[in-house]
Amino acid sequence: MNLTVNVVEENEKSILNVSGEIDIYTAPKLKETLLPLTKVEGKTVEVNLENVNYMDSTGLGVFISALKSTKEKKSKLTLINLQDRVMRIFEITGLDDVIDIKAAIRGGNE
Amino acid sequence: MEEVIDNSAANYKELLKHYLESQDEQALYGVEKVSKSFIKNEILPEEIINLHIQAMGEINPNLKADYKHSMNFLLEAMIFYGLAMQEIPLLKEEKHVLKSEISVAASMQKTLLGTTKPTIEGLDIGIISVPAHQMNGDYHHFIKGKDGSLGIAIADVVGKGIPAALCMSMIKYAMDSYPEESMSPKSILKNLNRVVERNVDPSMFITMCYAHYKPKESKLYLSSAGHEPGYYYHAQSDTFEEIETKGLVLGVSPDTEYAQYELPINKNDMIILLTDGVTECRDGDRFIDSREVLDIIKQYADLPAQQMVEGVYKHFEKLQDFQLRDDFTLLVLRKDV
Repeated sequence: MNLTVNVVEENEKSILNVSGEIDIYTAPKLKETLLPLTKVEGKTVEVNLENVNYMDSTGLGVFISALKSTKEKKSKLTLINLQDRVMRIFEITGLDDVIDIKAAIRGGNE
Repeated sequence: MEEVIDNSAANYKELLKHYLESQDEQALYGVEKVSKSFIKNEILPEEIINLHIQAMGEINPNLKADYKHSMNFLLEAMIFYGLAMQEIPLLKEEKHVLKSEISVAASMQKTLLGTTKPTIEGLDIGIISVPAHQMNGDYHHFIKGKDGSLGIAIADVVGKGIPAALCMSMIKYAMDSYPEESMSPKSILKNLNRVVERNVDPSMFITMCYAHYKPKESKLYLSSAGHEPGYYYHAQSDTFEEIETKGLVLGVSPDTEYAQYELPINKNDMIILLTDGVTECRDGDRFIDSREVLDIIKQYADLPAQQMVEGVYKHFEKLQDFQLRDDFTLLVLRKDV
């Protein structure tokens, strides 16, 4: 399965457009792009997950390390446009309470 | 060995000569075999080029000076490849040592983390845990209290291989050090969270559900650290209900508090705890959803708990395009009386 990560710079904000599946094989690719951005002091990073239809726990691990690095560097991480299946994983793990997640675009509850 | 090399060298010259005359594929096939014998005898690349230079000189004494110089140039260039290649046997040896050390570690791990299913009067317990790869990232543990109560931990360590395995040992020893009977699920998770947060790589985390069953009260106390929700089967109404537990995974934030839930357990009620390997099973491209898992559990519900969990796993395993992407752990408790 494939994963593509595109970075768009918009004013002070970096937007990552991610599409495909985030799993043990593709997660390193996301990590490589996301982590250095969150390590920039005061940076705002927005991750658009609109086209991510599957994510496993390795993917969560990437977002957890990104979250930890935002705390160290006072940068900001926001996830947007999560599909239901992906949103559910953040809810189960309680991460929706500690990561800034903007509502899903495709309906809330099934 | 010398003889083998001399033979191969003579062979090389013959094949080269034949190829120059005819460009016959047979000669290419022949040189492939010679090349393999060189590799086997650890002949270095520059030696082969040297052999080529000599062979060409014998086959054609009128070679141009440019050609000869270029071959010597190539010979020099290949010397460094030769040096790099000489490290290969050493690396192979090291790999072999590492591999056997890992397998020793894996079996030690198995012994260290081993848990036996306890016998609790009035409670039927079934457990199955199948690793997707060599080492299991799922973990479950039973602790039988002196007062007849039962502590159950079910966990999924995210992060693979040796770091995850080591992390599990840490969890287990931390749990062993708590005075079990005096501790509630929520304080166990709170303490473990602190241990994990301090000691684990930032991208690693653990989901865990800790349950404490008290037979005298017929109650199950339960807390979850971001673990896949379990299910509660009400025998009286013959329905399943998702156990709504919310809590942050272990290892993310040091001061996390965990909520504790309390479930009354009546005769023939069941508690089903699982890991996401169960709900992330795939049949080809299709995900098997949790409703389907519950339907299958229901089909096997008349069996003793152990046969039930084994039956459920076998059912999924038999699906045509079934692939186990993640470790699969399914645990069932049923109150008998």
